[in-house]
Amino acid sequence: MELKPGSRWKSAVCGAEFVVVRPPKQAGELKCGGHALLSAGTAAPEGLTIAEELADGIHMGKRYFDEASGLELLASKPGLGSLTLDGRKLAPKEAKALPSSD
Amino acid sequence: MQTSLLLDMAADAFPDRAAIGPRSHPLVLGKLAASVRAAAGFLAGQGGDTVVFLGLNGEALPIAMFASALIGKPFAPINYRLAEADLRRLVVRTAPSVAIVDDDMLSRVADIEGVRIVARSALEAVCAGPGGQTAELPTCDPDIAVLLFTSGTTGEPKAAVLRHRHLASYVISTVEFMTADEDEAALVSVPPYHIAGISAILTGVYGGRRIVYLPAFTPEAWVDLAAQEAISHAMVVPTMLGRILDVLDGRGIKLPHLKALSYGGGRMPQPVIERAMALLPHVEFVNAYGLTETSSTIAVLGPEDHRQAMASDDPKVRRRLGSVGRPLPTLELEIRDAEGNSLPAGESGEVYVRGEQVAGEYLHKKVIQDDGWFATNDAGWLDEDGFLYVEGRLDDVIVRGGENISPGEIEDVLRTHPAVADLAVFGLPDDQWGEHVACVIVPHGIAPSVDELAAWVKARLRSTKTPETWDFRAELPYNDMGKLLRRALKADLIALRQAAEAA
Repeated sequence: MELKPGSRWKSAVCGAEFVVVRPPKQAGELKCGGHALLSAGTAAPEGLTIAEELADGIHMGKRYFDEASGLELLASKPGLGSLTLDGRKLAPKEAKALPSSD
Repeated sequence: MQTSLLLDMAADAFPDRAAIGPRSHPLVLGKLAASVRAAAGFLAGQGGDTVVFLGLNGEALPIAMFASALIGKPFAPINYRLAEADLRRLVVRTAPSVAIVDDDMLSRVADIEGVRIVARSALEAVCAGPGGQTAELPTCDPDIAVLLFTSGTTGEPKAAVLRHRHLASYVISTVEFMTADEDEAALVSVPPYHIAGISAILTGVYGGRRIVYLPAFTPEAWVDLAAQEAISHAMVVPTMLGRILDVLDGRGIKLPHLKALSYGGGRMPQPVIERAMALLPHVEFVNAYGLTETSSTIAVLGPEDHRQAMASDDPKVRRRLGSVGRPLPTLELEIRDAEGNSLPAGESGEVYVRGEQVAGEYLHKKVIQDDGWFATNDAGWLDEDGFLYVEGRLDDVIVRGGENISPGEIEDVLRTHPAVADLAVFGLPDDQWGEHVACVIVPHGIAPSVDELAAWVKARLRSTKTPETWDFRAELPYNDMGKLLRRALKADLIALRQAAEAA
């Protein structure tokens, strides 16, 4: 899977959808709930279930970040799984307190 | 990443949240998204490669902007205050295009080849129709989100290119999704063709804050609308703020709902911001510095910075009220000399910036460097704590006998003189020094003497910074965004001097 900036992906096992904000420095396997992400718009295979230890939930509008590779994703739809890249869990990025300027 | 996705996300998550308009009957996010789809279907059938918008602020603006994104066409809002010939010349440059035009402006852009005109009322009728019934939209790979024409004070206006990735990056890195309180509302009085008008739509929708438009700014109308709509947030340019304070003072009111007021788009005179903070102690002030080419804000002086500076006796902290704060954490910012060498704190040079929101591009001309750095053409310096002081456009810096003199510094000093209502400092050609410092004063009542003004500057700055020629005027020329037309004033004085010498 080529995680280009702006490319859109969906979970194979929950409703979560993602946009790549920043690509990883090296290729890796990105999964949600233990199953590889699918290109947005492709049909999910049936019968897959979320791995028990990978069910933290995906919050819409949160950005998910992998320190080791630099990969950053924005969740554009919420879901039930957890994101992993090569087995490492992606953490939600803490909100920064920037004052509103617009 | 497309900017229209930001709206889709907001509408998915909170379809009933107020997006635009009065609190009594706002357009909610779900309806906004439906209107955008209807408008996109309609605009897709009109041909043209670009969607032009010629009109006042209002619901049709965000609808047209997001609809353009959905059909993958650049959105080009145009300055309706331009003189007839300039306006038509700009619109000609957008061909082949479709232009959404306010009904009372239709005659101004009639019969331009390659430009299909759609009355704003016709677009609004489409949006009011049954939503979501539109034909399939063309699949597209949108790239350019917005084209903004610069004000063109130095020649033909240039079309600044903002791609979807720049704007989306600015929004998601500076605003947390849907974190505004439900009763918050932002008053937008900057015009559609200004970068702050574009970013206000995107951050308002993504943050979940209702947008209230003021179609044409007067300080009275601004205060009326702010009170009536319980406005919590607003962005103003410096000249607006002074006039708003006059109205609040005159009426003896304080806008209790107002939580945050940001300002930018020009230099804020320190007496004005000090007066604002004293008059509105419940309001958080934010100074935002940015350019069209950087997708809006790149440095921010936040509320806490304002309070610390105001409360401090340390001149180094106090002067921060005149700074634009610190660069956003998502960006790199440097000061460089004319040869491109990075300068240490305290030294003045050109402001350079690099980051994902930085576009640095005009139509047919990329000005960003290959390594991503963008030269802003603004002069400035950083202090030891990283606060950025912007001195004005690099072209406005006065070079007197090899010494670089920033007009802003001299203006700040003279503005504190009680008899000075307004003023401008700039360089005039000088046979001996190359340039000398010239000053035009707008006095309060009776004009002070030149000797008195010169002594005022000399007591506070180096003698080479004291203006050598003085003129007095009843008013200074400003553009509609409150920017001083320094170059027009300078050209005017040069012409007057030449005429005087010839006589």
